[in-house]
Amino acid sequence: MLRIKGLTKRYRTGDLALKGIDIEVPDGQVMALIGPSGAGKSTVIRCINRLVEPTAGTITLNDTEIVGLRSGELRRMRRRMGMIFQEYALVERLSVMENVLSGRLGYVGFWQSFMRKFPQSDIDEAFRLLARVGLDHMADKRADELSGGQRQRVGICRALIQNPELLLVDEPTASLDPKTSRQIMRLIKELCGERKLAAIINIHDVMLAQMFAERIVGLKLGEIVYDGPPDKLTPAVLTQIYGEEDWASTIRKADDDAEPVDEIAPATPAETPVIERARLAGLT
Amino acid sequence: MSGAIVTSKKVWQRHDRKTQLAVWAAWLFGTAVFVYCFQLISERTIWAFVWDAPAQAADLGARMVPPAWSYIHYLWRPIWDTLNIATLGTIISIVIAVPIAYCAARNTTPSVAFVRPVALFIIVASRSINSLIWALMLVTIVGPGVFAGIIAIGLRSIGFVAKLLYEAIEEIDESQVEAVRSTGASAAQTTVYGIVPQVMPAFAGITVFRWDINIRESTVLGLVGAGGIGLELNAAITQLYWTQVSLMLLVIIGTVILSEWVSAKVRHAII
Amino acid sequence: MSLALPAHRTWKKPPAIKRAWLRWTLIVGAAIYLSLALGTTHVNWSRVWEGLPRGMQFVTAFLPPDFTSRWTEIVEGIAETLWMTVAATVVGIALSVPVGIGAARNIAPLPVYYFCRSVLAVSRSFQEIILAIFFVKLFGFGPFAGFVTLSFATIGFYGKLLAEDIEDMDPSQAEAVRATGAGWLQWLNYGVQPQVMPRMIGLGLYRLDINFRESAVVGIVGGGGIGATLDTAFNRYEFDSAAAIILIIIAIVMAVEYSSGYLRRWVQ
Ligand SMILES: Nc1ncnc2c1ncn2[C@@H]1O[C@H](COP(=O)(O)OP(=O)(O)OP(=O)(O)O)[C@@H](O)[C@H]1O
Ligand SMILES: [Mg+2]
Repeated sequence: MLRIKGLTKRYRTGDLALKGIDIEVPDGQVMALIGPSGAGKSTVIRCINRLVEPTAGTITLNDTEIVGLRSGELRRMRRRMGMIFQEYALVERLSVMENVLSGRLGYVGFWQSFMRKFPQSDIDEAFRLLARVGLDHMADKRADELSGGQRQRVGICRALIQNPELLLVDEPTASLDPKTSRQIMRLIKELCGERKLAAIINIHDVMLAQMFAERIVGLKLGEIVYDGPPDKLTPAVLTQIYGEEDWASTIRKADDDAEPVDEIAPATPAETPVIERARLAGLT
Repeated sequence: MSGAIVTSKKVWQRHDRKTQLAVWAAWLFGTAVFVYCFQLISERTIWAFVWDAPAQAADLGARMVPPAWSYIHYLWRPIWDTLNIATLGTIISIVIAVPIAYCAARNTTPSVAFVRPVALFIIVASRSINSLIWALMLVTIVGPGVFAGIIAIGLRSIGFVAKLLYEAIEEIDESQVEAVRSTGASAAQTTVYGIVPQVMPAFAGITVFRWDINIRESTVLGLVGAGGIGLELNAAITQLYWTQVSLMLLVIIGTVILSEWVSAKVRHAII
Repeated sequence: MSLALPAHRTWKKPPAIKRAWLRWTLIVGAAIYLSLALGTTHVNWSRVWEGLPRGMQFVTAFLPPDFTSRWTEIVEGIAETLWMTVAATVVGIALSVPVGIGAARNIAPLPVYYFCRSVLAVSRSFQEIILAIFFVKLFGFGPFAGFVTLSFATIGFYGKLLAEDIEDMDPSQAEAVRATGAGWLQWLNYGVQPQVMPRMIGLGLYRLDINFRESAVVGIVGGGGIGATLDTAFNRYEFDSAAAIILIIIAIVMAVEYSSGYLRRWVQ
């Protein structure tokens, strides 16, 4: 359970990015955060992880207060939250495996990580996750040799190997083509379902948000202007969030939910993982 | 643009008169400064020597051929020393320059107000003093020999390596570092996983580049007593053994060309 | 999840150099070289030990450095160095323009090209100091030798960069000027010069900077300037004067670097 109360952020430049917002995200809920550019979506996520310092307000994750933690406690807190970034933010000159394992840095000591001697259980978990997203045969490739969709899946693995209680996802699909975008969103949703993970997903694509999130929060100029289920997102609400526009074609129609035929990584493993992998590799 | 200049000269002249005037003034000023400087130099010059120089040069040239090839046996050791001065000096400079660069880069320095200026001052001081001057100092302090040369090369290279390295550190992609930090990594881990991989290619390139420069520089350190082939060269010149001098010049050219080739190869392999 | 994968797949970071024999050759080679290099480097530790107090003396000489007792020599040395720098930069650049043009493959005929390229190669392969020794032999002690040295070194640096710049220029612009019926010099002036000028001015200022640093050392072998003053100070163990000179050199280098950076921005 994530509780945000009165979260306010004023940047050193004077921008008041968040004006005292309150959000509660129960365990297992996938929440989409939408809003125009500059609304403060990234700021919310980065405040939760304390990559930026909140100016005021409280954030509690499962009864631990995040604001005001000292550095050691903050590190332990951060490893309970997995983060996924818009431009993937993989360390490009490290291999896929090293990128995934870097999600365990909060758990291992410096020398262990320096010598790349991670516990076997971490390595098993890394291979399991990579297999889950169809990339285990690419473990020793360098991250900058991957396509955008593949990189984002590595980013997802890096977040999940932290064994987090909360996923913070900042525009996961902004640099991807429409089809890959759906695959990535579906993957995130499935993984959250499997692990009963709460997630906050910043996203610009309203249709995708409606398709994959159970709850939508609309942010505008640092204030929450909508908080409710996806199907209550009417043109009037969108106008309130984004401003005047013809919204009719943006909003998802009921029959648009048909699953595409070439589906990504089903939750249940196939009998022949080799074929499965080859197929997945071809997708991106 | 150039076509316009040719075809519409009048417009261009009127349009640019102010700049044109400034350019002419700069030329005039520059010429005056140059003439003045040259005058001062010429006052301290014995022009008879200068007019005699071509004859002297011809004479010197004649004395230099053929190079004393057999003397090469006495040069292997100095060449080896020269190579060691450059290589060991480069290694020392790297060991010291890396933490200095870390302190000088805006995004990694522990303190912008206190540590960074100190690091920047060390960089400037090391860079502005030529390795020959460093060698001069060190020879009076630790005595003549290879050791002084190694330290001199090391001290001179610190500034160079640290400057290029800290500029590379300032240019890294901050989002990758942030992603590593967001996993709960400590500061040291964030450095190793987020920063080091990004600056590694630049670092390797800088090192090889500096090594190449150091080979050139270490050939002359012997002139002030800091070991290497320069020592032999100095001795040969003072004793007027010109055929040995020409041999050593050839050896130096050979070493420099070889090191240039090696560093080009290595840099190519890295990038 | 039980995928049909081995239960424990180990993972090790793949080595940076894939071929094992190459990797080991490099590692063993480096180790052998280092031990040989360290083993054959004779360090007279007792002499170093003796020198340490002198080193301390030198460090303490910086606080405070002695500007006064050798002030006239210092001023004279600095002035000489500055004239040398300016004159050598001007003459060096003036001479490197024809050489650089001659060394540009796209506008020079082949014999001229080879001749100019070899001039550049000779000038670049010798350290300034080695050149200075010979010029001192030829022209006698004093700033003239230093001036010739730096001019010659400037030709190598500037001529090469100019030649490369001309080779990289946009041929269509130059052709457009030639199409107007311009003569060869006019063509250079209108078609080539505007393209290479901005960068070359910047490089000229940069070379001024380098020449100043180098002129501080040609004095050590008799080429005049502050280097000679510094050498004398060291030989007399006048560390506090030497410290003063070094501080002045650092200050001037910083000033030149800063102002040349500023000028470069102003020119472009
Ligand atoms: N590092 C910063 N320093 C100063 N102001 C910032 C900083 N980061 C963001 N802001 C400001 O805070 C406000 C909210 O920015 P934020 O990045 O959270 O918006 P966003 O909703 O994520 O936008 P987008 O959809 O474009 O990513 C903006 O006005 C922005 O200018
Ligand atoms: Mg954002």
